[in-house]
Amino acid sequence: MPGKSSTLRTELASQNKRLLALFESAGHEFIEPDIIQPADVFLERAGEDIRSRTYVFTDPDGNELCLRPDITVPACRYHLAKAQTPQTEARYCYSGPAFRHHGTKAGSNAPREFDQLGLEWFGASQSEAAEAEIFNLTIAAMETAGLKNYTVRIGDLGLFNALLASMEMPERWRRRLAREFWNPRAFYKLLRHLTGEQPQVVTSSSALVETLAAMEPGNAKQLVDNVLDKNDWPLVPGRTGDEIAARLSEKAADKNSHPLDKDSAALINTYLNVHGELATVEKSLHGISRQQQGQFADGVESLARRTKLFDLAAMKNGTISFAAEFGRSLEYYTGFVFQIEVTDTDGGPLVIAGGGRYDDLISDIGNCQSVPAVGSAIYAERLLAAVKGQGS
Amino acid sequence: MSKHLIIALPSKGRLMEKAQSLFSKAGYEISRIGSARGYQGEISGMENAEIAFLSAGEIAQSLMDGTIDVGVTGEDLLRETIPDADAVVDMSVRLGFGHADVIVALPQCWLDVSTMADLDEVCETWYARHGRRLRVATKYLRITRRFFADKGVTGYRIVESLGATEGAPASGTAQVIVDITSTGSTLTANNLKILDDGLIFQSEAVLGVTKAAMADPRITEMQNRLQKAIG
Repeated sequence: MPGKSSTLRTELASQNKRLLALFESAGHEFIEPDIIQPADVFLERAGEDIRSRTYVFTDPDGNELCLRPDITVPACRYHLAKAQTPQTEARYCYSGPAFRHHGTKAGSNAPREFDQLGLEWFGASQSEAAEAEIFNLTIAAMETAGLKNYTVRIGDLGLFNALLASMEMPERWRRRLAREFWNPRAFYKLLRHLTGEQPQVVTSSSALVETLAAMEPGNAKQLVDNVLDKNDWPLVPGRTGDEIAARLSEKAADKNSHPLDKDSAALINTYLNVHGELATVEKSLHGISRQQQGQFADGVESLARRTKLFDLAAMKNGTISFAAEFGRSLEYYTGFVFQIEVTDTDGGPLVIAGGGRYDDLISDIGNCQSVPAVGSAIYAERLLAAVKGQGS
Repeated sequence: MSKHLIIALPSKGRLMEKAQSLFSKAGYEISRIGSARGYQGEISGMENAEIAFLSAGEIAQSLMDGTIDVGVTGEDLLRETIPDADAVVDMSVRLGFGHADVIVALPQCWLDVSTMADLDEVCETWYARHGRRLRVATKYLRITRRFFADKGVTGYRIVESLGATEGAPASGTAQVIVDITSTGSTLTANNLKILDDGLIFQSEAVLGVTKAAMADPRITEMQNRLQKAIG
């Protein structure tokens, strides 16, 4: 694409202006985070893989920089630099270009530079109210832009952790299940390992783990020291003998633990299959929370309170549904999550906007205590194209 | 009149000697034009073709750019240099020398880590404890990124290493390495072990042919004759 014509530019600017006016009148301060960002922040947080989607370059002084691949992280950095403390409450909105590399693989006709509009609310004390407010404002933006026939999908990643927390199992299993949640294939494999349906793969650590499993607990460090001494293998910087022993002990403890009971595994599967209209979903979730008191029941209550705060009457041209699995493939969200889609010209779903809660992001970047954060982002060109396309 | 073909051979070292003797065995005599350090050569037994003597790295780059038609170089260099190597270059004729495994290795003292899945878990605890990502030292940036992504390992960063990569874990500049090894003795000497599923691929010298040149009958003949000479 060679660039935007005068007509397109004017239409886009006019759309974005209307949406920003909406956000500002709702109390969100309009900020412009830098387009050029230090690459390190993105690479340290997300890992090496983000490099394949980001324009990273070196400046003449040798500093590694990047063109912002989205505006949420730059908005967090802005907040960390400007706010009195990271916890200080602040509401922002922004509009501007972001840049992403999509590779040469098929189906990658997504634009490498695009306009993103968005909202952030940091440090809000009332979590459900803040989530509903961001949600309502994003829906209002869709309606203001004139979008028709859109679908809204919502999920809640916090509920899954709450379900695990309310179940009887070793803490390390919870940690592993929560971690593999992002990778469904690995997740179901792990679940089958924990219930004993699928035997563990034998690796070159297995013999040592077997030895340790047969010993009294508390011998791991001694065993590690012996093996290292015998082979003359020195420790290397960064990981102590205690850490190595602790992880070996966990593996040995897995061997000696009772497998995860079938009912719990079934309940996890039941939960992950929950999807549909909000009212139906709430009934299903209440059904599960009668079996699992504690954190999960609290989570379901919180979800119900949030749903009551949604301004569904304002959603004139869209439909909404919940799926427990929704959000599995999305980056950095920790709780409530939503996405707005339309049907693309080729019949597939096209994401117009998305958002949710990401309480770990500011603390990851700023090395500080966790800060409550909710936000959303809108793909401005896609929104405009969808609005224009639906009339013709 | 057939197209003028440029065939690149390594300009020095064992790779050059092995390539020349293999070509000679297949009935192609290679001679340098001008001095013994010249960068151009002639090839007997093939019409309208010339030899370019380049470094192994330049050969991979030139195959990608299409400035040469055929080149002898390491599979590792082709896969590292060219984003979608299999779509750009035919590597079906494997020359039987220059063997080396491209592997993921880490300290022997990490007794609890023997698979990429283990490494993935350690990456996460590393980040939680140190506030920075675990480092992987390598000269194979692209190969590493692709292999780690395939294995679902994302929480790491690469430190580019252009020599003595195997020393990185002991010095603390990186914890894991991706490198080539033929006998494994360097790894052993540095107290490193290969992960159970850490063999990325077994590299060797290959006859790289650009997809555009594959239709040329002279190339087909060269592939056949070399294949026979390899046995």
